[in-house]
Amino acid sequence: MNAANDVVAVLAQEAITAPAVDGIAVAPLLVVLGGACISVLIEAFLPRHQRWPVQVTWAGLVIVVALVSLAGYALGSPQPVVTLGESLSVDSPTLFLWGTLLLLGIPSLLMIADRSVEPGGAFIPSAAERAASRVGGGGTGGTGGSSEHADRSYGLPGQAPTMQTEMFPFVLFALGGMMAFVAANDLLTMFIALEVLSLPLYLMCGLARRRRLLSQEAAVKYFLLGAFGSAFFLYGVALLYGYSGSVRLSEISAAAAGSTRSDTLLFAGLALLLVGLLFKGSVAPFHTWTPDVYQGAPTPVTAFMAACTKVAAFGAIARVLYVAFGSTRWEWRGVLWAIAVLSMAVGAVLGLTQTDVKRMVAYSSIAHAGFLLLGTMAITPEGTSGTLFYLLAYGFTTVAVFGVISLVRDSEGEASHLSQWAGLAKRSPVVAGVMTFLLLALAGLPLTSGFTAKFAVFSAALSDGMAPLVVIALVASAVAAFFYLRVIVLMYFSEPAADGPTVVVPGAFTTAAITLGVLVTLLLGILPTPALQWAGAGAFSG
Amino acid sequence: MNVLSAAGPIVPDSGGNVLLIVLLLLPLVGSLVMYPLRGNVALAKGVAMAVALLELVLVVLAWVGYDTAAAADGTRFQLEFSASWIPAFGTHIAFGVDGIALVMIALTAFLVPILMLFAWAEKLPEGRTASGYFGLLLATQAMLVGVFAATDVFLFYVFFEAMLIPMYFLIGRFGGPNRQYAAVKFFLYSLLGGLIMLASLIGLFVVSGERLGQGTFTWAELQTMAATVPTSTQIWLFLGFFVAFAIKAPLFPFHTWLPDAGAEAPIVGAVLLVGVLDKVATFGFLRYCLPLFPAASQALAPLVLTLAVVGIIYAALLAVGQTDMSRFVSYTSIAHFGFIALGIFAFSSQAFAGATLYMVNHGLSTGMLFLMVGMLITRGGSRKIADYGGVAKLAPLLAGCLLVAGMSSLALPGTNSFVSEFLVLVGSFPNAPVFTIVATVGIIFAALYVLWFYQRTMQGPVRGDAVTAALERAGAGGPGAMTDPGIAAKRAGTGFADLGRREIAVVTPLIVAIVVLGFFPAPLLDVINPSVTATMQEVGLADPVPVGGTAR
Repeated sequence: MNAANDVVAVLAQEAITAPAVDGIAVAPLLVVLGGACISVLIEAFLPRHQRWPVQVTWAGLVIVVALVSLAGYALGSPQPVVTLGESLSVDSPTLFLWGTLLLLGIPSLLMIADRSVEPGGAFIPSAAERAASRVGGGGTGGTGGSSEHADRSYGLPGQAPTMQTEMFPFVLFALGGMMAFVAANDLLTMFIALEVLSLPLYLMCGLARRRRLLSQEAAVKYFLLGAFGSAFFLYGVALLYGYSGSVRLSEISAAAAGSTRSDTLLFAGLALLLVGLLFKGSVAPFHTWTPDVYQGAPTPVTAFMAACTKVAAFGAIARVLYVAFGSTRWEWRGVLWAIAVLSMAVGAVLGLTQTDVKRMVAYSSIAHAGFLLLGTMAITPEGTSGTLFYLLAYGFTTVAVFGVISLVRDSEGEASHLSQWAGLAKRSPVVAGVMTFLLLALAGLPLTSGFTAKFAVFSAALSDGMAPLVVIALVASAVAAFFYLRVIVLMYFSEPAADGPTVVVPGAFTTAAITLGVLVTLLLGILPTPALQWAGAGAFSG
Repeated sequence: MNVLSAAGPIVPDSGGNVLLIVLLLLPLVGSLVMYPLRGNVALAKGVAMAVALLELVLVVLAWVGYDTAAAADGTRFQLEFSASWIPAFGTHIAFGVDGIALVMIALTAFLVPILMLFAWAEKLPEGRTASGYFGLLLATQAMLVGVFAATDVFLFYVFFEAMLIPMYFLIGRFGGPNRQYAAVKFFLYSLLGGLIMLASLIGLFVVSGERLGQGTFTWAELQTMAATVPTSTQIWLFLGFFVAFAIKAPLFPFHTWLPDAGAEAPIVGAVLLVGVLDKVATFGFLRYCLPLFPAASQALAPLVLTLAVVGIIYAALLAVGQTDMSRFVSYTSIAHFGFIALGIFAFSSQAFAGATLYMVNHGLSTGMLFLMVGMLITRGGSRKIADYGGVAKLAPLLAGCLLVAGMSSLALPGTNSFVSEFLVLVGSFPNAPVFTIVATVGIIFAALYVLWFYQRTMQGPVRGDAVTAALERAGAGGPGAMTDPGIAAKRAGTGFADLGRREIAVVTPLIVAIVVLGFFPAPLLDVINPSVTATMQEVGLADPVPVGGTAR
């Protein structure tokens, strides 16, 4: 009774004070999340035919403003701060990851907003909606006719073709969730951020205009498995709270370092936590959703997901391992060794058997996840900076790869079966050249960002005593090179099929996205120093 | 930092001589220019040839500018350039040549115009243009200059991997019927080797970070550190480099890609591949394996020598049994690479000098052999040895040139290869007598395979499907015709024609080089010798046969 009275008394005495907010430090995050809310309002209040231009402009503006505020803050070389009631840690890796996410958001947004590659944009919510659009938007009595015409008549007659514009608030919310995810200083914030980033992604996956069943299957699969992953994560949080009495990362580390308690709760908690995180990062054996979702989701969404989710997931994994479990690394590292080897092997070997370009890139991403895990396991400044750089490099290459994939089409939509890519170089030498360059970057050949990134991660891993893993990783790279090479062989050395796909001449948006991806891939391969310096500016803190 | 150096190596990041960069960029720009010129094939060829000749002139300038006296006084590299590249990885854009690198760059620059002349009127696969063909040749040349001139290990690795790409497209787009398979096999083998080397490279970086306080890739700094690295570490690092080079060379158990690639590549690609690109491996042994891992090199030398000698005998036997001319030449090369590896891992400066000279001579003689085979294939349209016979009657000049190339390949005294093979054997004997004796047997096999090949294709009555078909096409009649086919061929003017003017222009510089270097190798050896002496000092062993006694 006494204790209860005390609590009441304490509550009465100290009115709950609002947590201190370092507004300038978290401004990019606030801008993105606030922008997302306004984007929802735009969706609600504007007439349908005005939404697309306004939403695109607004989303672009939000990202640019967030980037400017981030740059303004980061250029002052700030000290790491922990703010918002110690729930967010804005340190140097956070700033780098925020920058990476926002920069990757630009090409992703451009591809999502594009309406030239798939007439009318790649998204439509339901079959009924599509049928309704056949008879003309707003009941204006269009007669339909060809399906392309039907798609174009969605909106007011005479207007530019329109698409499902809920995509834009989804993108902004997902981006905001990812930014919070990588900055989270405690596990509860991290969990909420995980949900904020995941839910829009689940929805986005199911919105493909073509091959709707595949797309919806992907969405359901992603949602169900993702929900499992989140549940594991939450259970892990609970166990860790039971062990340390706190969900704050630094306090878990402190509890683990200074205690003689049984470690069972700690490592069971870590294991469950990691299941949730590795799921997001599509690391084998938690990868099974990846090929299906990559294949089924609309390609611009796949690009966004492949690049940004990877950044967010590995940013969070690196932070958790570095801040909360750095002191106990010798206990858990063996397990992660096994997972990294498995991921590299699964990605490289199963990638060999794929016949669909998008599935192939999915398996490649699983192999890359294994490589990334090497960097996150090295609890050293080099490991952190290598991982961060790898994420930046991989993200841009991947976005551009999916951009190119979205261009190769036949009457059925995207022609993603490998056999349809035969002889592409003859039809479109530029697209084939760009794709070759990007694939060589994924394979990690010198003078591309892929090589620099691999070098950064592997040298960090080697100097932290992981020589066998590095050798395995390099062998896996050689195996993976085979399936990248197979695409190049098909494009250049095979004769094109008579009724093969055509290469769409992309509009300005997709062109800009691919160009950006290629330029960054090249630049980070030749002159990586500024990015490396920024990535190495400081360690995780919390 | 380099104890051998009086003047000291170049200060990192201080710029320096840009000649080597120009040598690198000129063919690279030339290859890029080929793309806009693809509509105008004649102009593209002209530009490509002009670029190749200009490159040759610049290489001559570099050769003249190379000071052998300074090299003998201990200046390890000349024409040096250094600029910072990625400070986080301790890498530099650093170029410089020693005598070994210089002769290899010169060999490349010498061969490329000849190859272009050979390819001038070549019939390409459908849908391919000569501008792409010549562009890839120039791009390969640029990468080769980079790989030989790099004095930063990281930069070397970059070019080592990058040179795969133009060669891959050269084989895959312009090669024979089975070119896709050969191109992919070539690329994957090399890439696997390269990635294993990358592991060692990273290891080297980490070790240098521990030993020098700051990770570096500068060759000279790594070399000063080399002696203090424990042997066990050295062996791991050595193995990474060694596997990459053994695949590239190729040495015996890693050689299976070469016959495929050599046979399916277009002739000019095969010459560049076998003549120069594979020499990167033997060059790498001399420049990287030995000086950077001296203890490991000595510890593992018996292994390498065994592989080398097995390769000499085994490849020679396989060469005897080949039915495809390009594969035949490829197998002879594998045998020759065995000799080069023998010279390198026998640890005497005379054997080093012989091995280096062998690299040049092998480029010339095998290059010429490939070209002659290519000319034969152009006429007969078949790669099979059995499809040819008695060609000497129809095309005596062609047969004569083939004989010169063959004699050079089997190291007949008076040809260039004899000097190098002799130097290798003499230099290797003190340290590796048994291996040397076994290798000498390889010379006999060489005579066997070359002479038998010559006899089957050139001597005897005119026969073989390809020859008769060619004659029938021209209306000259086959062996059964009333007139003597040789006379008929002359009378009809074509059929199985002898060397044309362009082809004579192709072979003349090669024959001159083969004969002149056979009698007067001194200009090359003068450039090579100071650098191999320096390499010997870096290995840190007593020199059983110093280069002073080389044949002049």
